Amino acid sequence: MFNKKECVAMLLAGGQGSRLYALTQTVAKPAVPFGAKYRIIDFPLSNCINSGIDTVGVLTQYQPLVLNEYIGNGQPWDLDRIHGGVHVLPPYQKASGADWYSGTANAIYQNIPFIERYDPEYVIILSGDHIYKMDYNKMLNYHKEKQADATIAVLDVPKEEASRFGIMITDENDNIIDFEEKPKNPRSTLASMGIYIFTWKKLRAYLIANEEDKEASKDFGKNIIPDMRAAGEKLVAYRFDGYWKDVGTIDSLWEANMDLINPNIPIDLYDPAWKIYSRNPVVPPQYIGANAMVQNSMITEGCYIDGSVEFSMISDGVTVEEGAEIYDSILMPGCVVKKGAKVEYAIVGENSVIGENAQIGARPENIDDKDTWGVAVVGHNLNISDGAVVAPKAIISTDM
Amino acid sequence: MDVNMGNVLGLIFANMHDMTVGDLTKNRTMGSIMFGGRYRLIDFPLSNMVNSGITEVGVITKSNYQSLLDHLGSAREWDLARKKGGLYILPPFGNVESKLYRGRIEALYGAISFIKNSMSSYVVLSDCDIITNMDFKPIIEQHVESGADITVVAHTGPYSSEDIKQSTILNADNTGTVRSVIIQPDISGTCTMSLNIFVMSKQFLIDMVADAIARGNVSFETDILQAKCDQLNIKVYEYDRYFSKISSVSSYFKANQDLLDHEKASQLYLPKRSIYTKVSDNAPVKYDLDSKVTNSLIADGCIIEGEVENSVLFRGVKVGKGAKVKNCVLMQGTVVGMNSEINYLITDKNVNIGDNHILTSAPTYPMYIGKGASV
Repeated sequence: MFNKKECVAMLLAGGQGSRLYALTQTVAKPAVPFGAKYRIIDFPLSNCINSGIDTVGVLTQYQPLVLNEYIGNGQPWDLDRIHGGVHVLPPYQKASGADWYSGTANAIYQNIPFIERYDPEYVIILSGDHIYKMDYNKMLNYHKEKQADATIAVLDVPKEEASRFGIMITDENDNIIDFEEKPKNPRSTLASMGIYIFTWKKLRAYLIANEEDKEASKDFGKNIIPDMRAAGEKLVAYRFDGYWKDVGTIDSLWEANMDLINPNIPIDLYDPAWKIYSRNPVVPPQYIGANAMVQNSMITEGCYIDGSVEFSMISDGVTVEEGAEIYDSILMPGCVVKKGAKVEYAIVGENSVIGENAQIGARPENIDDKDTWGVAVVGHNLNISDGAVVAPKAIISTDM
Repeated sequence: MDVNMGNVLGLIFANMHDMTVGDLTKNRTMGSIMFGGRYRLIDFPLSNMVNSGITEVGVITKSNYQSLLDHLGSAREWDLARKKGGLYILPPFGNVESKLYRGRIEALYGAISFIKNSMSSYVVLSDCDIITNMDFKPIIEQHVESGADITVVAHTGPYSSEDIKQSTILNADNTGTVRSVIIQPDISGTCTMSLNIFVMSKQFLIDMVADAIARGNVSFETDILQAKCDQLNIKVYEYDRYFSKISSVSSYFKANQDLLDHEKASQLYLPKRSIYTKVSDNAPVKYDLDSKVTNSLIADGCIIEGEVENSVLFRGVKVGKGAKVKNCVLMQGTVVGMNSEINYLITDKNVNIGDNHILTSAPTYPMYIGKGASV
């Protein structure tokens, strides 16, 4: 038996992230670079350690190689512990056979033995595709105060956006009395953030029962929460009022990156009391050249910038040669933009090379038919030849 | 000849040359002087040793070493948090007989039991005043092949009298054997200057130290290299890659400015021989709407709202709106207030320059502002 932990975090990181297309062909979504020097998973992992949760299981399944290497022993997040720490939990073979994780609830079900080693009172379920800073400890205290069986974090969203989310309907005490998945006519504006705290004994029982039901889809939203409500368990909503964004699509990934340089968006990466940790590359500081023009952007270490960069997020080890122009774009680690190339409203994947005078994407104001406009994407490790043109909204996953 | 670098012990002298750089070492060792936006001087010899395959390193220090200990920590960032070997910090022992060492010999004597306990056969000794990306392997190989007692790493080139007056100058014959040694002469011109990096066998070092202590000798340069030049087989290893030597506040300033030269910087930062340092988890650099930055090195955590030109900015520096920073080295946490203009300035950690100030000094002798000062 290990030392008892009050709360264990389980981070769902196995999804394919198929809506990110070229960016997740070889990389699991939580390992996609974000915000110049981070990867998406840095946010929930940093929130855990900043909230005092030091035992985290990361459930992986799809393309785990990069993610596993990135997490390593958890040291960058202070999660290399004698008791607890971060553990990568892929599906494994048991005496009774081997199964992939067939749903979010099934993934936790298969790891009941991992959770039991720490004998926790509570389990917090997180997902690896959200950008936010949140004190889980406050939510845990709320769960305890309310004597809830399950607490679901919710965000009050504008009415017109509510139909994109799972919506919680609550009574005057924020008890959840009903919910709807992406409703056409939402009865509430409280959107689920995909963050749940359960009293472990309760969750354990529902996971086992759900597993015995062969028809069930083994999903928290579709099975566990409805089952608990049907049985009359106490479900409460925890209102969160900070910045939170799901980065499951190309557009939302691009927007969330741009939010970091928007002074009106309340997410502060420079707060020493709530640092976002990441695995730091071993590279020198960025060099901004004599011909460079850099405004309204975030750039990190190891870059060599001699062109123009505006409203962009530049990850480590990126080269922007003289005369190249980067506008409203995201350059992931190690990419190279050669002389005279123009990258506008685009995401360029890791280690891709944009040839001289190539044109990637375009500004919406330069496009007549707005329906054909969108963020252009160049996948990882690609070569775009000199003078090539990648149309706006195009998604490139082979050399051109 | 292929030597096993696992059989080499590294020794770094963290305090050597403290006196040459004035206030930069007021609260720290030479080795913990901040350099190049995110490094400390000790990162260079330490990373060079690690990249050369040395896995056992002792750091000899005598005073002002709190920042050094904080920087090195468990040495995990240099991959030296090992069960076998790894990093050893060797402060003065602190019993009644031992006193603060006066020279390299006494420093080695203070660490002699550590050296004796090492299983390595060869020792490479390095100070923290040379900034370079050096592979020690060919140096050790030359040392073993030549049968030298001591190999001194040196570079032959034209030097100013300012460089030379802090240095050891070697006269070697065409076989690389040192024939005479001059210590801190007042000359200028082309000569062979010691880079304060030495190789010898462990046994030679132990015997040399024992002998020197018995005779009351304290200086390795004067009492060994110079005095025993004829008796010992001392060889030069001619090093001809890019390096810079810190021997004054102005050479410190110049060495930082060198990094803005892409040719020089690319000889220092080699992709396969990284310079390691302590990680501090700063956010990326944020450039504001009106920022204007050219020919500068900027470390993570900086927020730039004004103009920066020909400068090196360390982690977490803030340049306010309308401020102009030219030809400066601004260490960690420096804040330049709105509309202030600074030129040829070195600021130490956490210096606060208020709004609407103008501070300018001469290129030949940049102004230094001490740690935590407010202007």
